[in-house]
Amino acid sequence: MPISLLVNGAARRVNVAPGETLLSVLREKLNLTGTKYGCGEGQCGACTVLVNGKPARSCRTSIGSVANKKITTIEGLQQGESLHPVQEAFLREEAFQCGYCTSGMIISAVALLADNPHPSEQEIVRYMNGNVCRCGTYARIISAIQQAAGRESALL
Amino acid sequence: MKRETLRFEELELRQHQAVPRFSPNFALDRRDFVKLLGGGILVCLCAPELRAQESGAAHADDTVPQTIDAWLHIGEDGAITVYTGKVEMGQNIRTSLSQQVAEELSVPIASISLVMGDTAQTPFDRGTFGSRTTPYMGPQLRRVAASARELLLDRAAERWQVERSKLVIADGKITNLNTHDGLYYGELCRGLQLVKLVSPDMPLKPANDWHIAGASAPKVDGRDFVTGRHQYTSDIVRPGMVYGKVLRPAGFKAKLASVDTSAIARDPNLTVVRDGDFVGVVAPSEAAAKRALGLLQAKWSVPPHPSEHELFGYLRKNSKADDDARHVTGSIERVYTSAVKTVAATYTVAYIAHTPLEPRAAVAEWAGDNLTVWTGTQRPFAVKKELTQAFHMPAAKVRVMVPDTGSAYGGKHTGETAIEAARLAKAAGKPVKVAWTREEEFTWAYFRPAGVIDVKGGVGSDGVIVAWEFDNYNSGPAAMGTPYAVANQRIQFHEADSPLRQGSYRGLAATANHFARESFMDELALAVNMEPLDFRLRNIRDPRLRAVFETAAQKFGWGSRKSSASRGFGIAGGVEKGGYTAVCAEVTINQSDMQIRKVTAAWESGAVINPNGLRNQVSGSIAMALGGALFEAIHFDGGRILNPRLADYRVPRFSDMPQIEVEILDRKDLPSAGAGETAIVGLAPAVANAIFAATGLRIRNLPMVPNGLPKRPSDGQTS
Repeated sequence: MPISLLVNGAARRVNVAPGETLLSVLREKLNLTGTKYGCGEGQCGACTVLVNGKPARSCRTSIGSVANKKITTIEGLQQGESLHPVQEAFLREEAFQCGYCTSGMIISAVALLADNPHPSEQEIVRYMNGNVCRCGTYARIISAIQQAAGRESALL
Repeated sequence: MKRETLRFEELELRQHQAVPRFSPNFALDRRDFVKLLGGGILVCLCAPELRAQESGAAHADDTVPQTIDAWLHIGEDGAITVYTGKVEMGQNIRTSLSQQVAEELSVPIASISLVMGDTAQTPFDRGTFGSRTTPYMGPQLRRVAASARELLLDRAAERWQVERSKLVIADGKITNLNTHDGLYYGELCRGLQLVKLVSPDMPLKPANDWHIAGASAPKVDGRDFVTGRHQYTSDIVRPGMVYGKVLRPAGFKAKLASVDTSAIARDPNLTVVRDGDFVGVVAPSEAAAKRALGLLQAKWSVPPHPSEHELFGYLRKNSKADDDARHVTGSIERVYTSAVKTVAATYTVAYIAHTPLEPRAAVAEWAGDNLTVWTGTQRPFAVKKELTQAFHMPAAKVRVMVPDTGSAYGGKHTGETAIEAARLAKAAGKPVKVAWTREEEFTWAYFRPAGVIDVKGGVGSDGVIVAWEFDNYNSGPAAMGTPYAVANQRIQFHEADSPLRQGSYRGLAATANHFARESFMDELALAVNMEPLDFRLRNIRDPRLRAVFETAAQKFGWGSRKSSASRGFGIAGGVEKGGYTAVCAEVTINQSDMQIRKVTAAWESGAVINPNGLRNQVSGSIAMALGGALFEAIHFDGGRILNPRLADYRVPRFSDMPQIEVEILDRKDLPSAGAGETAIVGLAPAVANAIFAATGLRIRNLPMVPNGLPKRPSDGQTS
């Protein structure tokens, strides 16, 4: 069945099968592979995207539930050649090792800062706890978020 | 001791190799790869290196390599391409190796491009494991780069008819001091088709003269990881590609009794493959493949399988103590009489799962009878061999490429998805992607070995250890020998029949062996009433080991505060694969709740190549160590994994993190050792010792507190 999506500011019309997830549609139909599969249980956060500005686990989001909603993926954060402040902070802090969790981490951090522009360390830990970095780069991710929080433009 | 250490290394390698391979018996055939490089300079290796693994030469158990042993190419446009069979999976060697090549060639890091883990382009390599990239591949690429530099200097001297001493080299350019003429490397290479052989004794720049190596360098391609642009295997799309899923057995070692495919057999969008016990489907989308798989009716016969509750007895019973897995010095039995205290204890470790965030994946594509596979493996050449065997085809027709991978930690030595995707692609006549689910990864990959370790030791009245016995059942020989100076030792590895499929893991058994040894060091210290750090220092002769202990202790403020019932301090350390570490831990206790508050680690692995990258590896190792130390365990019964989901298998998260301090000792006078693994070993025993210091409770099993601290006698009075 055809469905209308609003992904990274562009209207997209795709044919989907019933029961398909937002994650599989992004990755297989729209070739937006920056969003990752990590567990399929909503436990690791690698598949996190924004739906109407709120973080969602795309592996557990049915495609039907996001029709006409505003979806933002990691590919949609950049403005031309300029990185989003959160992306910039992750890069500067080198807040990743293998990088597989990074898209989900950055998207979750963007959502956090939209919600709470100046989170305490405890608030960051609480908010980000559903995102797993198996390489254990947690301390750097926290400092990257703190750095980005210092920048006004961190808000989407 | 040196010979014995080497012997344990061989044992460890055997363990790396011994991961059981799934070997379906498929049928296929041949053609040749053509390797084309443009003009310029090509640097090759002439003599076999000391170690076959990184040399590009074939190892005894491998077929003759099909690759040209070409390591570095400088094109007429000045582009520098370096070829290595090592792979990048987060340990950041794409950066550290680039730094080392840049150093010897005096060029910016950005001018170098590394081709990694591509069996058609890179020299043979046994695999990226054992912390071997830095000590072996690093110097090798440096020698290659230095050879290229010398050749360029010779060419420039010849061109200008000037002595080499009048030439300076900087930023990819050679300048004639007499005339101030300059030539870029590309210009010097123009019109050349030179092949230079590397001399094995090519002198390398000493670390004290490094400018590019030795300083923090940003991760190569770092921007691609924050923009989502980097393509992992699971992100690769080939023209016409479809998706494959494989039917999983109902239990370990199960045989397929029957399968009814009639429900999907007539669907023109699907391909169903049955080949022996292998059953798979191919569909236009992953969701469709999953749906189709669900419509198959299969019957399996599942053989009896040992269960978790009998594990440790099973390992002891089904083990053997080979002579070549034993190290003996002095005379054990005689000296126990001279010991004032003799202590014995048994430790256990559970099976744990690597849980790389990117589950195994592969994309396979046939062009005629040539097969190309993209897959995230640590051993592309071994996977190539698995493919040639599975499909009965000549090595020259198989190419394996490894995109920079979403971590592995020792868990991706094998080629399951490569074989599955290739088999399904053969049937479908289209490129096929197979990406395992988390549940498949938890069930059908392999685990860090579980094990039982018996330790016995005797201490003299002066606090010197006089006797040391160490028996490791199944967990592995890595770091099994004690780094303390003990005259009388008997150390034995007991290879066992493992109920679960097992293999490498970050640091391998070094974690288990350090947990047992360093916990036991505290038990011995207690027996002779010595302070744990003093006791260790009394028995250390290796100055590098002493240095990390003293550094960690000083940085942590060891000894400045006494442990109490609610707060404990512990220390542990050791050495493995050339990396030295010591860790101090502070824990707090509130009834059954135990929290690690602070961890201070000292680390020394010779000359540091990339301080920022090293720091990331060391603190990441400690974070990962925390999972296996406190709560990670695979549960199994009846030939099935009982907790194959992230919801049921707890990995460390933000809220589990203590404050982690890392103090790095940069020894520019020593060769660089690998640092991706050994930093994992110190945490568990340091925490065990801290828990004991606070509570008097000696926990001898990993994980230590899967359900909080066990009940203690004193609990009864308060609750």
